[in-house]
Amino acid sequence: MPLTGPAVAAESARQRFERLCLPHLDAAYNLARWLTRNEHDAQDVVQDAYLRAFRYFEGFRGDEGRAWLLTIVRHTCYSWLQKNRPAEIDSGFDGDSAAGERAGFDPDMMAAEGGNPEAIALQNAHRRILNQAIAALPLGFREVLILRELEDLSYKEIARVVDAPVGTVMSRLARARTLLRQSAPLRAMSGLPAAEVKQ
Amino acid sequence: MNCREALDLIHAYVDGELDLLTSVEIEQHLGACPACKVQYDQVRELASGIRSHAVYHAAPQALRARVGAALPREPGSVARAWGWGGMAAALALSTLIGLALGLVWLQPGADEQLAREVVAAHVRSLMANHLVDIASSDQHTVKPWIDGKLDFAPPVEDLAEQGYPLAGGRLDYLGGRGVMALVYRRHAHVINLFIWPQAPAADARVRFDSVQGYNLAHFSRAGMAFWAVSDVSPEEFKSFVGLVRDQMTPAR
Repeated sequence: MPLTGPAVAAESARQRFERLCLPHLDAAYNLARWLTRNEHDAQDVVQDAYLRAFRYFEGFRGDEGRAWLLTIVRHTCYSWLQKNRPAEIDSGFDGDSAAGERAGFDPDMMAAEGGNPEAIALQNAHRRILNQAIAALPLGFREVLILRELEDLSYKEIARVVDAPVGTVMSRLARARTLLRQSAPLRAMSGLPAAEVKQ
Repeated sequence: MNCREALDLIHAYVDGELDLLTSVEIEQHLGACPACKVQYDQVRELASGIRSHAVYHAAPQALRARVGAALPREPGSVARAWGWGGMAAALALSTLIGLALGLVWLQPGADEQLAREVVAAHVRSLMANHLVDIASSDQHTVKPWIDGKLDFAPPVEDLAEQGYPLAGGRLDYLGGRGVMALVYRRHAHVINLFIWPQAPAADARVRFDSVQGYNLAHFSRAGMAFWAVSDVSPEEFKSFVGLVRDQMTPAR
């Protein structure tokens, strides 16, 4: 049996940490980047989160490091926002219209090359608007949407990461999608369905 | 189930979070209620639109180095962890960044149909105990075996050194033609790589998608179409696709 014996027993805490947590660096950065909406802040937060994770790592049991790590990344994001941009947390679950303008233009989205320039321009415009609309969502809605659609976490895992009941996750996700469907620029674009605004 | 109950559950249904009984109930309701069906279609389209078009921010190379350097060191473990392994990871990451920049998602239509066929072929290969026609990790054994069985000569490379050993090859049938299926292993997982000739395309970008929980990627290069499918983690899958693109096709 290749997986028994001293080689495995000798795996150090750091090696185990690297095996379980480093593969999730992209997920960690993606979440932090969406929550802070800034690449430099996201990098600071992720580095801090990894150091925290390493400190708490002895208490971690199990093989699924991703949800555990994302819980710490999210917590670190909140601490960072509380300290540096408390208004974004206080805005809670109300609309946050200025956020979309701050989110600004993202060069990653314009990285298409080749092909039909007009079609690509249209697709890029579409993407940009969608991404700005997501960035403009209030924090509590944005995080469940990112965890669900980009990290493909189950409701149960999301509930663990955001420390809320599964039912709350479900209703926040529904609300996040409804807000997106109602956002004016998205409704104006063809291709994405417009939501009926319910009274 | 009435409309109010159905609308409350639509998001959980789209996300595959309902138990079987409730799923059946909501399916019956959607079949009978056009208004709720419209709502369901819109939620589903939005969710897939977000998955396709929202930016996934991959960690910058510099951050990986920063995090590695910031972790407390342990005597003896550092060289092993951040030596060749780290170098390989860095190489894989630079490939990844290249992929991320060229990343476009599947367009509906012909590709979608083909994607379903690719997943079906993958699942079939695992179910029917017919994973490989020729079991060999040696590309020099697999390649001659193909000769005479297909009307083209697909590239064959063992990627064991990079962590994806070649398990063998198989003939398969996709999109109305005979294709080469190369089978790679990643720990306990299987990756099927389908290859067939295709008119050279100007657009060599890698397109990613996921169907029924399987990761899919395809691209066209050097007159061949490449489709990869697996249930390995997205990170490993992207790294595998990057290796295939960079090692199995002549440089641009």
